[in-house]
Amino acid sequence: MSSVKFVILLLIASAAVFGAAWLIGNAYVFFAGYVVLQYIALATAWNILGGYTGYVNFGTAAFFALGAYSTVVLHKLTSLPLPLMMPIGGIVSGVVGLGTGYLTLRLRGAFFSIATLALAVVVQTLITNWDFVGGSRGAYIVRPMKTPLLGIDYIQYLFIVMLGLVVIVLATARAIERSRLGYGFATIRDDEVAAEASGVPTLRLKLLATTLSGAFMGMAGAPLPYYVTYLDPASGFSLAYAVNGVAMPLVGGTSSWLGPVIGAVLLGTLQQVATVTISSALNLLIVGLMLVGFVIVAPNGILGLFGVRGGAR
Amino acid sequence: MTAINDNPLLAVTDLGKRFGGFVALEGIELAVRDGERLGLIGPNGSGKSTLVNCMCGTLRHEMGSVRFDGHLLNGLSAHERTRLGMARSFQLPRPFNTLSLAENLRVPLLYAGRHDGARAINEHCVELLHMVGLADKASRLPRDLTQIEMRKLELARAMAATPRLLIADEAMAGLSHGEVDDILALLIRLNEQGVTVILIEHIMRAVMHFSQRLVVLVAGRKIADGDPSEVVRDPDVVRAYLGE
Amino acid sequence: MEMSLELLGNAIVSGLLLGGFYAAVTIGVSISFGMLDIVNIAHPAFIILGSYIAYMANASFGMDPILASVIALPAFYLLGMGVYQVYYLAFERRGDEALRGLAFFFGLLFITEVTLVLVFGVDYRLVEAPYIGPSLHFGAIELPLRLLVPCLVALVLVGGLQLFMARTFIGRAILAVAQDQLALRLMAANPTRIKRIAFGLSIATASLAGAVLIVIQPVEPSIGRDYIGRVFAICVLGGMGSFAGTLVAAMALGIVENLTATFYGPSWAPAVAFGFLLVTLAVRPAGIFGR
Repeated sequence: MSSVKFVILLLIASAAVFGAAWLIGNAYVFFAGYVVLQYIALATAWNILGGYTGYVNFGTAAFFALGAYSTVVLHKLTSLPLPLMMPIGGIVSGVVGLGTGYLTLRLRGAFFSIATLALAVVVQTLITNWDFVGGSRGAYIVRPMKTPLLGIDYIQYLFIVMLGLVVIVLATARAIERSRLGYGFATIRDDEVAAEASGVPTLRLKLLATTLSGAFMGMAGAPLPYYVTYLDPASGFSLAYAVNGVAMPLVGGTSSWLGPVIGAVLLGTLQQVATVTISSALNLLIVGLMLVGFVIVAPNGILGLFGVRGGAR
Repeated sequence: MTAINDNPLLAVTDLGKRFGGFVALEGIELAVRDGERLGLIGPNGSGKSTLVNCMCGTLRHEMGSVRFDGHLLNGLSAHERTRLGMARSFQLPRPFNTLSLAENLRVPLLYAGRHDGARAINEHCVELLHMVGLADKASRLPRDLTQIEMRKLELARAMAATPRLLIADEAMAGLSHGEVDDILALLIRLNEQGVTVILIEHIMRAVMHFSQRLVVLVAGRKIADGDPSEVVRDPDVVRAYLGE
Repeated sequence: MEMSLELLGNAIVSGLLLGGFYAAVTIGVSISFGMLDIVNIAHPAFIILGSYIAYMANASFGMDPILASVIALPAFYLLGMGVYQVYYLAFERRGDEALRGLAFFFGLLFITEVTLVLVFGVDYRLVEAPYIGPSLHFGAIELPLRLLVPCLVALVLVGGLQLFMARTFIGRAILAVAQDQLALRLMAANPTRIKRIAFGLSIATASLAGAVLIVIQPVEPSIGRDYIGRVFAICVLGGMGSFAGTLVAAMALGIVENLTATFYGPSWAPAVAFGFLLVTLAVRPAGIFGR
């Protein structure tokens, strides 16, 4: 199936999802659905770097929050519409990803991972000390009641925007899988030295993956301030993003674009349900246990359990 | 020792490499003519693979320089050297384990070979697999291969980069008599098509049959360089490597 | 920001003492990462665990926290061996350390933090001991015992480990494993068993480091994450497996961090460690004393 057909399929599926949510009529569906969609975007973004090239990013929260805080800054300084704010959030996170990569990707993958962990702490510290975005007290963002053009509920608008992002990210991931770039990524993961010897420009490709992954994470975070209406570092840099970014692709399966989707839908829905019934900390504990469990017992995730070898190996 | 040729395809000048206090290579001088068949022998640990790694960019060497086809290679990464036309096979095969055999060959074709479009690449893939006798396993994974088949894949992958110079690092180790002949015939055929070949081997009959010139490395230094039949009679070489 | 010689002097001295403590925190990683090449990013989690155990012993029985951690050492040692066994069977043996092994340790880090939140909540916990509070005075220089005692404990720990590595058979076997596993195997020693012992040692040090941590500052579950950057920065800068290097690097970081905290405010401390890490990785991945 060509990329164009795939995008059309995704658009049809998106319309169906939105339609189904509309028919159910409960506003909660849109609230919860937004979160699941956001996680699909995050998990797929993570997988472009982690699953395809094998470089593990533990700082998902940093890239995500940078996107969110970009929106806060833009909201205070301008009156840009959300669809324009998202690419800017993406650029900010993309540049940070590029920078981190540039400094660490010449070395072993472990150093990149450690750097992303440290990065998360530092970015949180910087934001917490930045009064313009509210510092540790947080920032209040007024969510408009209705959208400017379509006149629908703003939450539904956010839902659509996130659907749009998911389509873009999934289409990109799948397109990479089937391309020359995808092969390059796979060889970096399998044997970087042999990849170099085969003519693959490993550093350049790794930087590309890191930038792209970071940018998509930033874009996934950009609408967050409008969703939560109150953003503070504790929630923006929440542990939930850190662990879910890693757990969802690993549980779903890293070998194909479908894996993160499965992981995000499964874990995302589970957490939305569990938050209502049990504490959020216990919630996260379950995710952590699932991560460790799957990584030990089912290294290829749910996809692997069904014997699926994806388009990207 | 033969005189260094003008305009050699590959020119290694005063190359030296240390690992901490250990001197792995010192003062290596080597010149390879376009189209030549060069044999490189020496005891284990003499630095042959280190030399290959330095020439190909997998390792950085502190001293000396490497020139290929007029380009100074110092500072160039391994993939850039491969794109210039230098390919190598690894002593211990390093296949891409999650890719099929055909896909293993596609990668260098995509990244280092000359791009002629998707169909030409597929044909080239099939052709290479036939050449090494692995055509029927095109869609299998490397873990399904025997050791010998992995070596053939390793060689095929190096050839897929359509190199001007191919360095075969102990590609025949552990092969049967007939298989050694197969690989030898393969390399000779490649050479007839214009590919310069450096053969690093321990199997002396293959080396003698194949090489137009023989270089001997012992303890990181070159101790002989010349006509194979003369080199094997050199007393230093006999003492250090061939035995009495 | 007033620069007075006295302030500067005290900042440097406290930084040195803090650095000693950082060495204790890092020494476990010097073993697991520096020598065994196991990227145990969960090490700070074990340290925090040690802190809470010391806290419980102190709050319930009034026991000295450092004494409590020494008693807990064997348990941590066994825990370390258990963790390594799982790591070895699930990842090292399959060659999957780079992605899934790392994710495994991240999972452990995460699970530990969340479990501590569930059991103890997010409030800061602290211990009480006779040496928390008073200080020694040498002229204008003040030596808080709160910092001095941990630093001394750290020096004993590092020194003891150094002796162990150099003098005992197991110690030298560990050094051998760090250098060349194949040669060790050829000498009929089992590298897996030795790595297991070494990793057990690594986690055992976390027990002591944890007690020492809660003496220096109040503890809550999330501060482990602050230490990841510090610990790996020190380990790399100190030359990976070199204990002497770790000590020197730890003190350097301690001084720079403390100076920054004194003159620019304490909230910038994580940034200092991160800066150290980046500079080290960019300039000299082999560290000061490195291989």
